[in-house]
Amino acid sequence: MDSDKQDISSSGSYPYRHNDAAESTPVLEMKNITKEFPGVKALSNVTFRVAEGEIHCLVGENGAGKSTLMKVLSGVYPYGSYTGSILFNGDEQKFSGIHDSEKAGIAVIYQELALVPEMTVYENIFLGHEIRKNGLVVDWNETIKQAGEMLQKVRLDVNPATKVKDLGVGKQQLVEIAKALSREVKLLILDEPTAALNEDDSENLFNLLRDLRSNGVTCVLISHKLKEVIGIADSVTVLRDGQTVCTLNARKGEVSENVLIKHMVGREIDNIYPRREHVRSGEIVMEVRNWNAYNPTIGRNILKDINFSLKKGEIVGFAGLMGSGRTELALSLFGNPDGFRIGGEMFVKGKQKRFTHPHQAINSGVAYVTEDRKGDGLILIQDVKENITLANLQKIANRGVVDKNAEVKVANEYKSSLNIKTPTVEQKVGNLSGGNQQKVSLGKWLFVQPDVLILDEPTRGIDVGAKYEIYTIMSRLVQQGMSIIMISSELPEVLGMSDRVYIVSGGQIAGEMPIEEATQEKIMQLATNY
Amino acid sequence: MAFFTDLRKVLQQNIREYGMWIALFLIMAYFTITTQGTFISSRNIVNLVNQSGYIAVLAVGMTLVIVIRHIDLSVGFLGGFLGAIAAIGMAQWKLPVYVVIPMTLLLGVVAGLLTAFLVAQLKIPSFVASLAGWLIFRGAILVVTESTGTIIIPDKAFNAIGNGFVPDLFPAESTFLPGIHKLTLILGMLAIVLLIFNEINSRKKKQAYNFEVLPMNLFILKLAFMSVLIGSVTWLLAGYQGLSWTAVVVLIVVLLYNFIASQTVLGRHIYAVGGNPEAAELSGISVKKIIYVVFGSMGMLSALSGILFASRLQSATTTAGSLWELDAIAAAYVGGVSAAGGVGKVVGSIIGALVMMSLTSGMNLMGIGISYQYMARGAVLAVAVIFDVATRSRGK
Repeated sequence: MDSDKQDISSSGSYPYRHNDAAESTPVLEMKNITKEFPGVKALSNVTFRVAEGEIHCLVGENGAGKSTLMKVLSGVYPYGSYTGSILFNGDEQKFSGIHDSEKAGIAVIYQELALVPEMTVYENIFLGHEIRKNGLVVDWNETIKQAGEMLQKVRLDVNPATKVKDLGVGKQQLVEIAKALSREVKLLILDEPTAALNEDDSENLFNLLRDLRSNGVTCVLISHKLKEVIGIADSVTVLRDGQTVCTLNARKGEVSENVLIKHMVGREIDNIYPRREHVRSGEIVMEVRNWNAYNPTIGRNILKDINFSLKKGEIVGFAGLMGSGRTELALSLFGNPDGFRIGGEMFVKGKQKRFTHPHQAINSGVAYVTEDRKGDGLILIQDVKENITLANLQKIANRGVVDKNAEVKVANEYKSSLNIKTPTVEQKVGNLSGGNQQKVSLGKWLFVQPDVLILDEPTRGIDVGAKYEIYTIMSRLVQQGMSIIMISSELPEVLGMSDRVYIVSGGQIAGEMPIEEATQEKIMQLATNY
Repeated sequence: MAFFTDLRKVLQQNIREYGMWIALFLIMAYFTITTQGTFISSRNIVNLVNQSGYIAVLAVGMTLVIVIRHIDLSVGFLGGFLGAIAAIGMAQWKLPVYVVIPMTLLLGVVAGLLTAFLVAQLKIPSFVASLAGWLIFRGAILVVTESTGTIIIPDKAFNAIGNGFVPDLFPAESTFLPGIHKLTLILGMLAIVLLIFNEINSRKKKQAYNFEVLPMNLFILKLAFMSVLIGSVTWLLAGYQGLSWTAVVVLIVVLLYNFIASQTVLGRHIYAVGGNPEAAELSGISVKKIIYVVFGSMGMLSALSGILFASRLQSATTTAGSLWELDAIAAAYVGGVSAAGGVGKVVGSIIGALVMMSLTSGMNLMGIGISYQYMARGAVLAVAVIFDVATRSRGK
C-alpha cells in the first residue's frame, strides 16, 4: 500500500509565501453578513476577507459569532437565511447546503470529528465520493492506493486499512484533513482543531498547515489558544458580539496576546489569575495512599501507587499530558463508574472511604466536574434549572416530590452568582455557549455543596472572559473553605491558580512541588518522565 | 389586541404540546360529521375506551421505556400469557379474584425485572432481550392453553373490570335527570373544582416567588377550556352508563404515572438517564436502578393489560397479545416520544393512543375495510412523527 512513495512534504524549512491580505486578491470575501435567529442577532454586518494562500485565524469569545459565520460560509445556513454576499474565487456564491460549498472547494473540519469510527481510514477518506469502476462498483484497490497518497500528504504514517476508532484524536484529525484534500479543497476551515490535542500533535498539525499553505491551500483557523494563533497566523480577524472588530496583519507585527485579548474582550485584563494568599497549612480533607487501578477492558494497570493529599482551602493542580491518567484517577476516586479494579486507601475528612457509585462520593462531599461537558457532564436537551439541580434533587424535594418553584429559585441564584448568560433558567443548555455551559456544570456541582471539588480541564474550549470568571469563582470557593483538585493541561493555568502541583505521568505521580518552585520547564520534564 | 397577541405567542411556543390535542379534536370532529354523530355518541365513546384500555396502559409504560432509550417488544405476549395465567388461576385453581390480580401483577413485575437484568447487568440490547421474551411468552401462551383451548373465566367480579360500570348512588329512574348517571356527574364536577383549585393555588405560589405566569385573561381561558373539556366528557359518559371500570383503571394509571414522571425525583432521574446516561451516572443516579424500575413497571402494566383484555373477553385465548406491543409503540410515537431518548410525556402517549383508537373506531363505523384502516393508521403515524420532528427544532 505504501509502495509508490512520493515526498510531497518538503523537509527542512517551509517556503513562506509572503502575500499580503490587503494587497493580494482575496480568495474569500464575505460582505455585510447579517444572520438573525428568533430574538437574537448572531451576526450583524460582518465583513471577513481571506487572502489566497494565507493562514487566517478567526478569534473571539464564545458566542461572538465565529461558528455561525462559518456555518453561513459552508452552507449549513443556506442562502436566503442570511443577508449579505459571499464571494469565493471571484464568483458570488449562493450555497444551499454543505454539498454546494464542498463542490466549490470549501471544507470545514469541526471540533466533533465527522468520521465513522467502525470504518477503515481509506473508507472514511473517500466516504461520499467513492472511486468507482464501470460507474457502479467501488474500486477498492484504487481507493486504497489513493488513500495512501493522501495520508502521505498529511504525513500520517498508518496503514489505510486501520479502523478509525483505533486511532488517537490527533491522527483522526489528520484523516479528516486527508479526506478534505482528496476533494481538492481550496479553502480549509478548522474549528478549534487543537482543543483535544496535546502539544506534539498540535505542533504536527501546524507544520502540516504550513505545508498546505505552500501548496496553495488557504486555511481559516478558529482557535481559543492565543499562543497558537500568534505562532501560526498570517492574519487575524477578531469578532465580538457578532461584529467584526478588526483584521490584523501578523507579518507586520500587529498581533500580540494583549492586543488580541483587548479586542476580544473589549477591555484590558492585566492579570487573568486573581491574586490570593497561597495556602500553606491546614487540615487535610482528602488523602489517597498507594492507589492502584486496573482497567479490565484494556487489561492493564492504569494507575500505579498514587499518593497525594489535599488541604482545606487549597487548590491542587494535577498537571500532565493528555492520557497520563489524570481523568482515570479522578473517576476512580469518584465512585469508579467505569468499573476499574482498585487497590489502596482513600480518606475523606479523616474517614476511610471506598466509593462504589458516584452517589456515595457525592454524599461524602466529593464532586467531579467532567472534562467533556457535552459528552458526560450536562444533559443538553434539558434546561438550565434541571441540570443545576440534577445531582442534588433531594434537597428541593419533599417526600420524593420535586418543588419546582424552589428549583427555579435555586437556579436563578446560581444564574446570578455565576453570571450565567441565559435569558431564563428555562433555556435548554444545548443552546448556551461553551463558557456558559461550563458555568451551568459548575453550578450543578456547587449545589451539591461539596468539600472537595474535582475540576477536570475547567476552562477547555472557553474564551478568555469566561476563563477569568471561572478563575474568580474558584478563588472565591477556596476562600470559603472548599478544596479544589484542578486537572489541567494548560500550564499557565496550573501555575496561575494552584497552591501546589502534582505532576502525573504514565499513571503515576512523577513529582510534587509547591507553586513557588514550579516552572513550565520543570513540569514538562516530569510530565514526560514515564 | 394584547389578548390575541398573547394567545398567539402562547400557542406558538407550545405548538408541540397543543398539536396533539388539536389533531385529536380534528379527527373526532371529522368522524362525528361523517358518521352523522354516531361516533361521538356516549355509547360509542364508552365502547372505544373499554375496547382499547389495554393498549392505553401499555402505551403509558412504553413511554418511559422509550424515554430511557430502550424498547420492550415482549409486552404483548407477556400480557396475553399473564391473562391466561389469571384465567387458569380462577377457572382451574379456583383462586379468588383478590388473590389472582395481585399475583398476576407481581408475575408481571418479575418478568419485567428479568428483561431488565439482561439489559442492565448483561448489557444485552433491549431490542434483542425483549425479542427473546416475545418468542418465549408467545410459546408460553400456547403451552398453557394447549390442552383447553380458550379458557372461560367464571369470576363475575373479574369480568366486570372489562365490561362493568361504576354503580350509581342514586336510582336511574329518579325524576331528577332521568337516564343520567349521577355519580359520574358528581365525580366530573369534583374533578373540575379540584382542577380549578389546583391551578389557582399553583399560580399563587408562582406569584409569591415572583415568577412569570399566564396573563389573567389567558389563564381564565385555559381554565374554561379545560373545564368544558372535562365537563363534556363527563356528560357524554353520564349519558350512557357512566364510568366504566376500565376507564377508572386507565385514569388511575395515567394520573399516577403522569405524577411520577413530572413531579417526582424518580421521574426526573428517568428523564435524566434518557437525556444523557453518562451524565446521569456521574450525577449520582444509578442507571441500572432506573432500568430495573422502568422495565419492572412495564412488566406490571403488561400484566394489567392482560387482565383488562381477558376480562373484556371474559376468557383467555391463544391469540391474545399479538401486535399489542406495536400498537403501544405507535401510540407513544404519535404522542411525541423521541427515540433519541429523554423526551416524551405520559399524557402525550395517552393522547396518541386515543388518536389511534379513534381512527379504528371511526373507520369501523364508516364501514372502511381493514386493509385501508391499516394504511390510514400508518399514514397518521408517519404524519405525527414528521410534525414532531419539524416542530422540535424550533420550540424551546
